[in-house]
Amino acid sequence: MMEDLYQEIILDHYRRPQGRGLREPFEAEVHHVNPTCGDEIDLRVHVEERDGIPYVADVSYSGQGCSISQASASVMYESLAGRSLPEAMAALGRFQEMVQSKGEIPGDEETMGDAVAFAGVAKYPARVKCALLPWMAWKDAVVRATEGDGTDGGSNE
Amino acid sequence: MTLVTSATPLDARSIRQDFPILHREVRGGGRLVYLDSAATTQKPLAVLDAEREYYLTCNAAVHRGAHQLAEEATEAYEGSRATIAAFVGARPDDIVFTRNATESLNLMAYAFSNATAKAAQGSDLPAGAERFVLAPGDEIVVTEMEHHANLVPWQEVCAKTGAVLRWIPLTSEGRLDLAGLDALITERTKAVSFTHQSNLLGTVNPIEPISAAARRVGALVVLDACQSVPHMPMDVQSLGVDAVAWSGHKMLGPTGIGCLWARAEVLDSMPPFITGGSMIETVTMERSTYAEPPKRFEAGVPMVAQAVGLAAACDYLQALGMDRVAAHEAALTRYALDRLDRMPGVEVVGPTTSADRGSAISFTVDGVHPHDVGQVLDSRGVAVRVGHHCAWPGCRAMGVPATTRMSPYIYNDVDDIDAFCEALVGVQQVFGAR
Repeated sequence: MMEDLYQEIILDHYRRPQGRGLREPFEAEVHHVNPTCGDEIDLRVHVEERDGIPYVADVSYSGQGCSISQASASVMYESLAGRSLPEAMAALGRFQEMVQSKGEIPGDEETMGDAVAFAGVAKYPARVKCALLPWMAWKDAVVRATEGDGTDGGSNE
Repeated sequence: MTLVTSATPLDARSIRQDFPILHREVRGGGRLVYLDSAATTQKPLAVLDAEREYYLTCNAAVHRGAHQLAEEATEAYEGSRATIAAFVGARPDDIVFTRNATESLNLMAYAFSNATAKAAQGSDLPAGAERFVLAPGDEIVVTEMEHHANLVPWQEVCAKTGAVLRWIPLTSEGRLDLAGLDALITERTKAVSFTHQSNLLGTVNPIEPISAAARRVGALVVLDACQSVPHMPMDVQSLGVDAVAWSGHKMLGPTGIGCLWARAEVLDSMPPFITGGSMIETVTMERSTYAEPPKRFEAGVPMVAQAVGLAAACDYLQALGMDRVAAHEAALTRYALDRLDRMPGVEVVGPTTSADRGSAISFTVDGVHPHDVGQVLDSRGVAVRVGHHCAWPGCRAMGVPATTRMSPYIYNDVDDIDAFCEALVGVQQVFGAR
């Protein structure tokens, strides 16, 4: 049962996070916290147009938290960086739908890659917020970046 | 028949017979090892039965109604107040029932902001309310280890009145650093509110030096006793403080009831908090006058069943003997601290000796976030609390973002501590921390 939650892929990302560290350039930076446990993330996005289509040129982050939130940030980086914005939004949608499904939606490894390892989190209601923390921070940052609104804090409450 | 004296240790195994929930299975068949009593305790059958009996036999709105049920319900409610008062050495009329300790502390804090606002308008205030009227530059003193419930309400008072919040800092061991007390509590200080026993660190604070400093300057002293009333013999009138707040659900009682004790002259001089029915003396369209305490602070139909349940909890604890409860917990605390001390990679956050320390033990595990510690413990049936424990500034002061906290009570024994420690080794295995 617990192995569903702490899959080896998740522990790997926790121990060796991908894309970690705040980088330049960026159009928006956000700070999100999970007020129930104190997990925090600072996240920056760099969006640039390629052939008229907006791309997530970079997502960079730093923060502290449990293995689920930290591994989720690493997987989020791999899932979103370098994708077109519509593709990245779709990936966010798939991830959110899966972890909020109470275990009903197993996720598709084909389209989701390592993110599918978070399917087990859906059975632990208290941990869904941990998994979503970096993804919601990214969504907030993208909205701010594309609306040209600079930097501000936020909360995923 | 065995003679039970104050020296006879508690028998947790037989106590557990009174708590059916402790016999349920968790996470696919494991035994429940409940070590989260600092958050809330489980309830014995006696408490559940008392509440059920009340609803079965005499449920009615108290203090009104001309029928027999209302009479009996009022008797049950006021009788419960007397039992609960006796449990902490108080007069019944000096006990106010609230929703929880958070509300009790807010009641005290609002006495200040309401009195200040009313004084500014020239509105009527009870005799003696001047001590609750704040001016910009007045000061309120708390400590860095407070639960948010005894911090945020005072921040709000300051924001509304221009008073300044100051606090007693912590030592690296998680005790109050009283070295600067005389510079901190001055003629400007109007209230000093602090916790008796830290829910984060387990520290039992010395009341006397703080209350003596407050008395010297005429400041009101409020004690958050949430983590002490359930765990040690308590005589509120001899503490040297003006008000004491605690919760029912942390001492075997139901949720939805808390208590505030205050010295009679303090309650008398306080303006009301929540207003409405039951707390008035006379009402006209223009204005109202208010009932004497404790009714002045109990607006609306009160939590009668919860009061009955809490009184049953007091009876239950009284029958065990609070000195035996304290001795039982001290023994478990010593045992747990000793075992944790011998575990590599495990660091206790808070006092590491059992002197002036309660049974709530916070700790960190090298390389493993508290949430993950709690999750793996849970998979082995061990229920603990993780996070900042609503004492975020205290965590920061101790240099940790969060902790895992285990907190045993009367129904736990060394077997539970052993199960907890074995599960903790499992945590380190899962995360390869060792």
